[in-house]
Amino acid sequence: MTKTNEVLDSVAIRFAGDSGDGMQLTGTQFTDTAAILGNDLSTFPDFPAEIRAPQGTLAGVSGFQIHFGSVEINTPGDYCDVLVVMNAAALKANLRELKEGGIIIANIDGFDPKNLRLANIAPDQNPLENGSLSKYQVFTMDVTKITRAALANDSGLGVKEIDRSKNMFVLGFIYWMYNRNLDHSIKFLTEKFGKKPDILDANIKLLKAGYNYGETVETFTTRFTVEPAKMAPGTYRNIMGNQAAAIGLVAASEKSGLPIFYGSYPITPASDILHELSKYKHFGVRTYQAEDEIAAICSIIGASFGGHLGVTASSGPGIALKTEAMGLGFMLELPMVVIDVQRGGPSTGLPTKTEQSDLLQAYYGRNGEAPLPIVAACSPADCFDAAFQACKIAIEHMTPCFMLSDGFIANGAEPWMFPKSEDLPKITPPFITEFNADGKFLPYKRDEKLSRPWAVPGVKDLQHRIGGIEKQHETGNISYDPENHEFMVKLREEKVERIANYIPEQKLDSGNAKGKMLVVGWGSTYGAIRSACTKARAEGYDVSHAHIRYLRPFPKNLGEILNNYDMILMPEMNNGQLVKIIRDKYFVPAIPLNKIMGLPFTSHEIYDKIIELLKVEETVFASNGATK
Amino acid sequence: MDSTTQVAANGQAPKMVAKDLVTDQEVRWCPGCGDYSILKQVQTVVPELGIPRENIVFISGIGCSSRFPYYMETYGMHSIHGRATAVASGLKASRPELSVWIVTGDGDALSIGGNHFIHILRRNFNVNILLFNNEIYGLTKGQYSPTSPEGAVTKSTPNGSLDHPFNPLALSLGADGTFIARTMDRDPKHLQETLRRANSHKGTSMVEIYQNCNVFNDGAFFIYTDKETKKLETLMLESSKPLIFGENADKGIKLDGFKPTIVSLADGASANDLWIHDEKDAVKANILARFFDNPSKENHLPRPFGIFYQEDRHCYEDQMNNQMGSVLTKKGKGKLDELIAGKEVWVIN
Repeated sequence: MTKTNEVLDSVAIRFAGDSGDGMQLTGTQFTDTAAILGNDLSTFPDFPAEIRAPQGTLAGVSGFQIHFGSVEINTPGDYCDVLVVMNAAALKANLRELKEGGIIIANIDGFDPKNLRLANIAPDQNPLENGSLSKYQVFTMDVTKITRAALANDSGLGVKEIDRSKNMFVLGFIYWMYNRNLDHSIKFLTEKFGKKPDILDANIKLLKAGYNYGETVETFTTRFTVEPAKMAPGTYRNIMGNQAAAIGLVAASEKSGLPIFYGSYPITPASDILHELSKYKHFGVRTYQAEDEIAAICSIIGASFGGHLGVTASSGPGIALKTEAMGLGFMLELPMVVIDVQRGGPSTGLPTKTEQSDLLQAYYGRNGEAPLPIVAACSPADCFDAAFQACKIAIEHMTPCFMLSDGFIANGAEPWMFPKSEDLPKITPPFITEFNADGKFLPYKRDEKLSRPWAVPGVKDLQHRIGGIEKQHETGNISYDPENHEFMVKLREEKVERIANYIPEQKLDSGNAKGKMLVVGWGSTYGAIRSACTKARAEGYDVSHAHIRYLRPFPKNLGEILNNYDMILMPEMNNGQLVKIIRDKYFVPAIPLNKIMGLPFTSHEIYDKIIELLKVEETVFASNGATK
Repeated sequence: MDSTTQVAANGQAPKMVAKDLVTDQEVRWCPGCGDYSILKQVQTVVPELGIPRENIVFISGIGCSSRFPYYMETYGMHSIHGRATAVASGLKASRPELSVWIVTGDGDALSIGGNHFIHILRRNFNVNILLFNNEIYGLTKGQYSPTSPEGAVTKSTPNGSLDHPFNPLALSLGADGTFIARTMDRDPKHLQETLRRANSHKGTSMVEIYQNCNVFNDGAFFIYTDKETKKLETLMLESSKPLIFGENADKGIKLDGFKPTIVSLADGASANDLWIHDEKDAVKANILARFFDNPSKENHLPRPFGIFYQEDRHCYEDQMNNQMGSVLTKKGKGKLDELIAGKEVWVIN
């Protein structure tokens, strides 16, 4: 029979199933293939904190959304066009993410009486049969049955193992639906299961079976094509945030000549940085899984004292535990990087969900006056740059430096036009090997940046002692002198403020340099804000977008930019944190837009707020007899 | 052999004397504090080790003893409460060639820093831990510590402490420490010898030093340090020698199965039947560490001093370097551009 082919600009697909169904793997495979085929893309893994919640239940549903296209893609898609569900619970939990008229691909076997019961659906209310899905195009296939049949005779695998591979059938089918080839996934499977030929054969067989199923079964009459995106010329790869952060650290290590010492304690969603770095021993990276969060940061203080680049990463609760040691690092004035991959809080909060609620912790969360520079990443690939810049600031200004990421970009993926190592800036550690005063060494004598020299153990004659107690200017000796303390507090603050002389000025991401509204964001809201502003501007609204990477100190021209607009809107995935700091520092009446659901903003949520505010303004102007 | 002493053997180390290790900082412990003696013994022993002072690092936590690094003309860090062991672990892992000394107290190491303390012992970094035990919180002016005896009347326990105390050496053995020793501030010779042995041990050397706090807990260890009682109450351990103590070296310890018993040599017991100290015997070391009776108890065992246990076990930092070396051999030096590009790339023209 003939199948028609439809060309689309972009598609969002959500794979959803039980946490044991391999939906994350299915999603990342589809992502990698889309990337290699040249689509722009953005992904959003959405999974429960439990490794294996009770099978078939709502609590155990794991999802992965990919938005890919031939056009610019900034978000994982507000709503999906296609929802692939492996069971009833997955449908129930994800239906609200599907566009009206969207496609549902359902595994019938996951809608049997047992699965309906586990999903709290009455036996006579099977959504595949009761007409409740009439707004959507529903396609069903008995994945379990077909899978078992495909491998029945000669696979040498047990039923459990066969069932575990059923995600490959689904992946194969979706590849067919979107005209993708299987090459990348076959290569991936070959690398993964090369030593287990039975499992390898079974997976490849199912992948092909899924593809052929689309080809032969008459239910499916339409295939879709999504052409490569018109992205800037260059060489690209696909990358996830934590991976990019790890590589950024290695790049900074190479550019500074300092070996990395990474001390860390496992915590979601930061652990992948540890996993990644532990593979880079041949880059001179030492990874140390400490006994707790405090030991993790203290170990890097020791390593930094020894002349290495100490780095630690954690998430909110772990950062809280590291607080005192960060204060020590600040007092010692040693270079260290602290990465906070934020998640929903407070306390244990929502370990696998995203949030931007640690900003105030990073900003103010230490005893005494202890300002630390903060750099925030705004997308998965941007984690590379943010990590690199955090290292550069830490080393060249002799201070601990924060890098903020979050669960959304840490686990999300996007294409990355990666840099050449030769184009990355050099990082210069302020090492010292000789006396810096008359016949002696002053460990706290400062340069024009106000940063101090770094003398490491092993350097002859520069023996010195440093500690957390207030120290005398220049000598570093213990001092309880009142005037000295006030002087030192202000000096250390000025040192951090002076970093503003060494970072780029704030730029607009899009829009007019002056106008009605500026949307100010930071971190992972970048894509959603960019899309929302683009759409609003296309409809004639006067709205611009600035995204702040350097949160402390702010770029020198930020205040000037803020004053160029009538209105400032600040979307944040928290209860309003940066907005407090901006109002405090610049006395501008910034308007918060908050989402605290453990989920990223959709671009519509931001767009709607932009329109609402600009329309009110229009109305007010109109009633005053003014013109737009 | 310790790598740091090898440097000395090559003749690279300049000759050093105790005063080369004195800093220009005024020592600020209370007059009469046991810390003075410990500082003096350390400054006496370290020059003998043949390690250039720029290759030595003293790291401390918080407490009276933790002011120690300020008085040593080496590299030093006065860190935060309980964390000296964690800081030292990171330093030693990244710079294995340095001679790293940790100065800590009973509160610092065993209370707030208890976790890091047990973990450094199991990892067995080649560092020396000097645990100044005075059974009291001195810097905060006199609260009971995790080694204070039950019933201790202190500022925070006017009706007596309810806490059962830690036995630091039993704890260290429990954490698989590889060098476990006890000494005291008032026996300079013994303290010096113990420091020498601690330094020559490759692995985490845990030296508990009974240290008198003459302001808040004066005399806590006098029974072990005063002439009148010392011989009867202490058992000075010597490798391959029988366990003998007493006014006239007239008492011995015999093992009755696993039970140590005191026998009187004057009453005819033979020295041949006595327990012979073996530093390599983990089972016996555990029994020895349990010689921890309150001295007011009838028929209590004497308190042992010296090296309880010594074992050669690989050190974390060496293992870490070996692993890095073998990965490097296998994969070759990493190329940054290859890492950045990853396995699959595509080009857009």
